[in-house]
Order: sequence, then structure tokens, then C-alpha cells
Amino acid sequence: MSTAAVAITGAPPRRRGRHAGRRGWTLVAVLLAAVTLLPVFVVIGSFFQVDAELWDHLRRHLLPVVAKNTLWMALGVVSGTLLLGTLLGWLVAVCDFPLRRFFSVALLLPMAVPGYVMATAMVGVTGFDGPLHQLLKLAFGPGTGPLRLSGLPGVVFALTLVLYPYVYLLARNAFLSQGTRSLEVGQSLGYSRLASFVRVSLPLARPWLAAGVVLALMEALADFGTVAVFNYDTFTTAIYRAWYGMFSVQSALQLSGVLILAVIVLVIAEQRLRGNRSYTSLQAGAHDPRPIPLGPVARWLATGVASLVLLLGFVVPAVQLSAWALPNLARDFDARYLGFAWNSLLLASGSALLITGLGLLLAYATRLSRPAALGRIMARWATLGYAFPGTVLAVGVFVPVAAASEGVNRVLAGLFGDSAGRVVLTGTLFTLLLAYCIRFLAVAHSPLASQLQRVTQSIDEAARGMGESGLGLLQRVHLPILRRGLLTAAVLVFVDVMKELPVTLMIRPFGWDTLATRVFQMTAEGEWERAALPALAIVAVGLVPVVLLLTQSERRDA
Amino acid sequence: MTPSRLRTLPLAALLILAGMLAGCGPGPADRADELRLVVYSSRVEQLIQPLFAAYTAETGVRIDVITADDQPLIQRLAAEGSASPADLLITVDAGNLWNAAERGLLQPVESPVLEGTIPANLRDPDQRWFGLSIRARTVVYAPDRVAPDEIGNYESLAEPHWRGRLCLRTSKKVYNQSLVAMLIAQHGEARAEEIVRGWVANLATDVLPNDNQVIEAVAAGRCDVGLVNTYYYGRLVAQQPDLNARLYWPNQDPSLPEGNGVHINVSGAGITRHAPRAAQARAFLEWLASPAAQQKFAALNYEYPANANVPLDPLVAGWGEFRQNATNVARLGELQAAAVRLMDRVGYR
Repeated sequence: MSTAAVAITGAPPRRRGRHAGRRGWTLVAVLLAAVTLLPVFVVIGSFFQVDAELWDHLRRHLLPVVAKNTLWMALGVVSGTLLLGTLLGWLVAVCDFPLRRFFSVALLLPMAVPGYVMATAMVGVTGFDGPLHQLLKLAFGPGTGPLRLSGLPGVVFALTLVLYPYVYLLARNAFLSQGTRSLEVGQSLGYSRLASFVRVSLPLARPWLAAGVVLALMEALADFGTVAVFNYDTFTTAIYRAWYGMFSVQSALQLSGVLILAVIVLVIAEQRLRGNRSYTSLQAGAHDPRPIPLGPVARWLATGVASLVLLLGFVVPAVQLSAWALPNLARDFDARYLGFAWNSLLLASGSALLITGLGLLLAYATRLSRPAALGRIMARWATLGYAFPGTVLAVGVFVPVAAASEGVNRVLAGLFGDSAGRVVLTGTLFTLLLAYCIRFLAVAHSPLASQLQRVTQSIDEAARGMGESGLGLLQRVHLPILRRGLLTAAVLVFVDVMKELPVTLMIRPFGWDTLATRVFQMTAEGEWERAALPALAIVAVGLVPVVLLLTQSERRDA
Repeated sequence: MTPSRLRTLPLAALLILAGMLAGCGPGPADRADELRLVVYSSRVEQLIQPLFAAYTAETGVRIDVITADDQPLIQRLAAEGSASPADLLITVDAGNLWNAAERGLLQPVESPVLEGTIPANLRDPDQRWFGLSIRARTVVYAPDRVAPDEIGNYESLAEPHWRGRLCLRTSKKVYNQSLVAMLIAQHGEARAEEIVRGWVANLATDVLPNDNQVIEAVAAGRCDVGLVNTYYYGRLVAQQPDLNARLYWPNQDPSLPEGNGVHINVSGAGITRHAPRAAQARAFLEWLASPAAQQKFAALNYEYPANANVPLDPLVAGWGEFRQNATNVARLGELQAAAVRLMDRVGYR
């Protein structure tokens, strides 16, 4: 398959011949969507009990402000992550510059820093008498005030730094699987290198970029911790105000419903704009071993940009956290940390495997569903969990599970009387894992679904022609192409579960305290500096597997 | 990843999942043994675990705890219903205890011990929850720019004298919501709204995200006065003894209409409606009200014990005595939603 054909076609070719078991795949897609829609059902249910007076209050005093703020934040995070993620992904995938190998993995590091931790570290760095203030005083005299990072700039800065890796990872996958062919196509059309990047490579990478940006955007919309540190009121602020302040969990659910609706509209709009194009590449899965050499200035510029991002997104917060953690090390660090780290690792790796598997299943189920539109709709529904504010999602999963186990108990008691055993699902790992699945299915599905576009109809047909089908086709033909997508999905889920706080906090069984819940113990009563130790531990424990996995993958690519 | 490696992946997944599920087999919740209690607590671990450890050492009763934010915990309790393993709910403010009681999640406790040691204004009038430590919200000021007798009352901070000199934490925190609820209880909604509007007009800088930053802003000269819980001050002063900030007790002059004392809230507990071990939970609650436990409970976080006969931590005692507002803290929960709306109306973020 060496043809340099990177095709944008008007419409995908009609599939010939219905494959047996298609209806089965449709059923799988519908089932996955139904389970992940649990919290959506809870939200819909909440609308049967509307506190009109409270809504009137919200409409008058809160919603106009938070809607505007949320919009600005979304714009900032979308442009920030798109710009950084695409640029860095392209540089690392296609260009050659000093330390490229190193940056290829290192640029993922900021992802391991939870948003609210990044925010807290940035507030510390830029605060009164903080390191930045000291520098400013040295440079401009002792009377100089601090250059505080707060409000919208703070939120966009911190969220962009921790969320761009989602776009970067996917963009890198896109550009790697395009190879340099797309540039050659552009150059053969007489474009300059930059122009062919903009006019050929970029449009071809669109599903990947869109998937990454949508993930970053959903996470930003659901964020509560980061915006709280910078004291910036967004839609989630209104949700928690209705719930924690005015004790109205119903209104909080209803507000989340509005947020989810906005996400649905955005995702549909993006897909409409993308239209019916298909993004296959006959060079699928191949990696071009010859990256483009950059000019003498450009190559060091590339290293400079990558270094700056790594400095701000990882080195600075890590140094600030260490400075806070060291004085508390003797008081707070004990043998229990091994247990916290073990729980975090177990939950994160178990979920990564489980959810990547489900993501793959969903990607295939939606690809093979008939009618195709049904598959697309199911994929969209099944990935909504990521847009929920964490605590609201936790309620949305916990409440129906509790109701279900209560119902089972009633039936058991009806059948067997008092001697019947009781089923208690709440407070078990089952509920926690279910909640993780619902929350993070989107994270696993996005890289897999976009990578699956590289598996063309003709590849399938060629393979079948050679006698491969079913599992053999999957294992020998599809999986090698999907390898990068699988790896990306697993890494993203792993790191996300590692950082996850609100769902773990509400749903975890006894004895399942994690590094993230340890951070909560410290921040809940404002002891931010003591929270630095578990936060650093999250970063450290979360990073090791990621780095190992990716270095290995890089070596293989080389 | 080679095909052979790919084949081992699902196997690894199965193994990990099996391990995790084995770990949660018949959960500890199923063994309703006598020497065990289950606590849902929004008071964080380091402020409560030492007491659990002491109780276990004394009685042999093991205490399993889940810590989380108040409302998610209450929601979890509500959803679990009669299947809930929880015996005791511990929170760090009266509003959430009031809300849990209001939702029928707590049961009344007839205990002469608790009624004898916990003052009436620090517990539910229907005995469904009891305050265990007092959290005072008071004025912090910069001694080099403010004379203490300038300050007076919470109400005076709304006067033009303080224009551009006041720092406040965001209204998202329950501490400020209860403070405003107290103002509503004291003065009615119209007057309370005037006062809070005055505060907002006097702000030196945008509202701050936490109490530490309010104290630091006062010390650094960004503003002259602020409102904080005393234990935040205690923690900072324990680290920086020469901090340029002092505490002031407002509303102390009983001859004034505002002289009804410093606003207080409680960290407290109630026994859950479906507690599997209600009697043991009651014994533990009574133990928490005992002098030794009270002293420890408060001292862990520079708070004030609910039992007034218990000696204070020396650092806390050094801030002097003050008169507390005697309004029942249950009113703070009752008026919290109204307080939040009031703060929204006057633009107190």
C-alpha cells in the first residue's frame, strides 16, 4: 500500500453486501448508549419538579453572568488548546528539531496535573511575595506590585496548559498517520510548506483535532475546581450555588441538563460542518521515518516553543508544589501513601483497560450499525457523560443504582420473606467503575473512532479477499492500524481516572481512599500547601506508566 | 504492540478487574457486628481521625469512615435509604445538618448527657443533631492601620468609613452564607440586604477565594479589615507569629441593638434515620461531648469546644473571651437559601 493517495471524497462508497450480525452490532450500540444515558435520565426526571421561583431568581441574577463567562472561557480554552495542541502535534509528528524525541513524550506531562492543582500552583507563583513578584521587584524596584494571575486569563491559562495534551495526542496521531505524504501532495500542487500544511494536512486532520478539542471543551465546561481557585463564575458555579447554597439538587440537575444540551448542539454543529467527507488514508498505520528537517532558525524556534510550554505546564507547577510539599513531608508522608497510591493505580489501570475495551466496542458497534445514522446518534449519546460536572454525574449514577438495588431487594423479600439476602450495590466498586465508564467512555471512544476512519472499506475488502474475516481480520488487520488509537485511549483514561475527584469522593467504597481524595482532605479546609504532597504523588504515580508506555511506543515507531 | 501482546491485554484486564471485585466481596457493611460504627463525614480526616483512634483505643469499637463534601454525602445517604450502612453523619456547618434533618435523614436522640453538655442554641430543637465544636466568624484587621475601637460591629463595616478598605471571601462558601443568614435572623431581610450591599460597596478588591487569602490581603496591606473564621487565623499565626493581622470581636456591647455577639456556626453530628447501630452511635456521640474528647475535637483545628466547661487551646485562649450570638444555629440552615439569594441580588459574588 504505497500509493500516495490521501483522499477526501464527497461521500463514502456504499457498503456492499450486508454482513451477518449487523443487527447485533446495532443492539450493542443501543445498549452501551442506554447504560451511559443513566445520568441523562436522572436529569430528565428532575424536570418533573421545577422550582419556578428559584429558576426566576437564577435567570435574573446568575445565568446572564455565568453564561457570558462560560462562553468566554470556552472560546479561550478551545482556541488555546487547538493552537497549542495542533502546533506541537504537527511539529513532533512531521518536523525534525533538536530534542524532538524527548518532547514527543514530555509534552504530555502537563496532562497529569489536575486543573485545580495547576490553578493553585499558578496562584502561588504569581501571588503576593511569590516567585514572580520577587523577580519583578528585583527587576523594577521594591515598590513593584505583583502581577497576579486571576479571573478569565487565569482560568484560560491553567485549563489550556492541562488540556492541550488531549488535542496534542490526537493531532499527533493524525499527522503521524498522514505521514509526510500530505505535504508532498501539497507541494506537488505548488503550495509552499506552510500553505500545504494549512490547506492539505490540517483539513485532513480535522476529525482528530475536533475530537481532541471537544474533549478539552467538555472537561472545561464541567470544571468546578479550577474556576473556583481563580474565583471565576461559570455555569458550574450556578449549579453548585443552587445545590450547595440553596439545597436544591433538582435545580442543579436541571441546570446540568441545560449544559449538556449546549454540548449536544456544539457537537452536532461540528459534525454538520464537517459534513459527509471521509478521512481515509491508504497509508494507514504506516509511519514515515523521514521527518522534514527545519531551517536553522526554525528548528531552534520549535525547540524553544516546546520548552516554554513544558516549562509553564509542568516544570513551574512541579517546582512550586515541591516547595510546598517539602516542609510538610515529615508530618504528612507516611506508609498509608503506599495504600493511596496503590488504590489510585488499581482504579486507573483497571478503568483504562475496561473503558478502552468498551470504547473499542462502541467504535465498532457504531461503525457497523445500520442504519448508519443510528450508529452516529448512539455514539453521540454514549459519550455525553464527560460533559457532566463530576458531582452531578455521581448523583446521576448513584441514585438509579441505589433505586435498582432497592427494587431487587423488594422483589427478593416478596419472594422469600425475611430470610432473603439483601443486595447492596451502592458503596461497592461496581458502582464506582460504572460511574467511571459513563464519565470516561468519551475519552476512550474519541481516539478510537477517529483512528478507525483509517480502516477503509477497501482494506476490509482486500483482507477478506485474502481470506481474513471476523476475529482474524480484527487482530491481523485492524488492530495494527488502531494500535496508536488504543494506546491513546488507555493513556487518556488512565490519567483522567488518576486525577478524578468528585465521582471517587462520593461513590468510593470504604477503604478506597486515593491520592485524589487525599488532596480533598487538605483543600476542603483550605490547607492548600499541605495538598501539594498528594498532588505531586498523583503527578508522579500517574506519569510513570504513561512515560513507559509511550517511550516504548516511540521506540517501536522509530 | 504485537498480536501476541494484544492477546495478553484482555487477560490482564480480567485479572485486574477480578482482583478489584474480590477486594469488595462481602463488604464490611454486611457484618453488623457490635464493635463497629460507620461514619459519613464532611469534616476531613485529619480533623476527626485522631478522635476515632482514641475511641477505638478506649472501647475497641472500630470506626469506618467515608469523607466527602456535605451535599454529596447527604445525597448518598438519601439514595441508600434503609440500606445505608451509615450510623452517624458529621458535617462542618449547621446548615447541612439542618438540611439532612429536614429531609428526614436523621433521627431524634433522647440523651440527658448531650442535653446537659451541649448548649441549647448549638443543637437541633428536635434533638436530631448536636454541635460539637464552635466556629466563630469574626473581624481580622491590620493593627498598623486600624484602631480596634474603630471597628464596632459587622453592621458598621457597611458604613462609608470603610470604603475601599474591606476584604471579603466569595459568597460561595457556606461560612458567609450563614453569616448573612444570621443578619437576616437578627434584622429582617430588608435591613440585612442594606448591610450586605454596604459591604460590597466597601470592597477594596474583588472577593477572594478563601479565608487565608483574606488574612494575607489584610497583612499585605491590600485592605484594612476582613471577615474570617478564627481557626484560619490560628493556623497562619502558628506558622508566622509576627503576622501583621489581629482578630477583633465585634457586636460585644450589649447596650447597643447590634450587641448580640459574634456570629458562630458549629461542626456537629446526627444519628442517621436508618442507623444499623443507633445505640452505639449514641454512645459515641455522648463520648464526643465528654470533656477529654471536646478538648481534642476543638484543638485539632483551633476551634472552640461546644462544651463551655472545657479548657481552650493556649493559642486560642490568647485571642481573649467574647460573647457569642445566642441565635439557635438551626436558623442558619433555615435562612441559608434566602441569604444566598440576597447575596445574588446585591451582587456579592
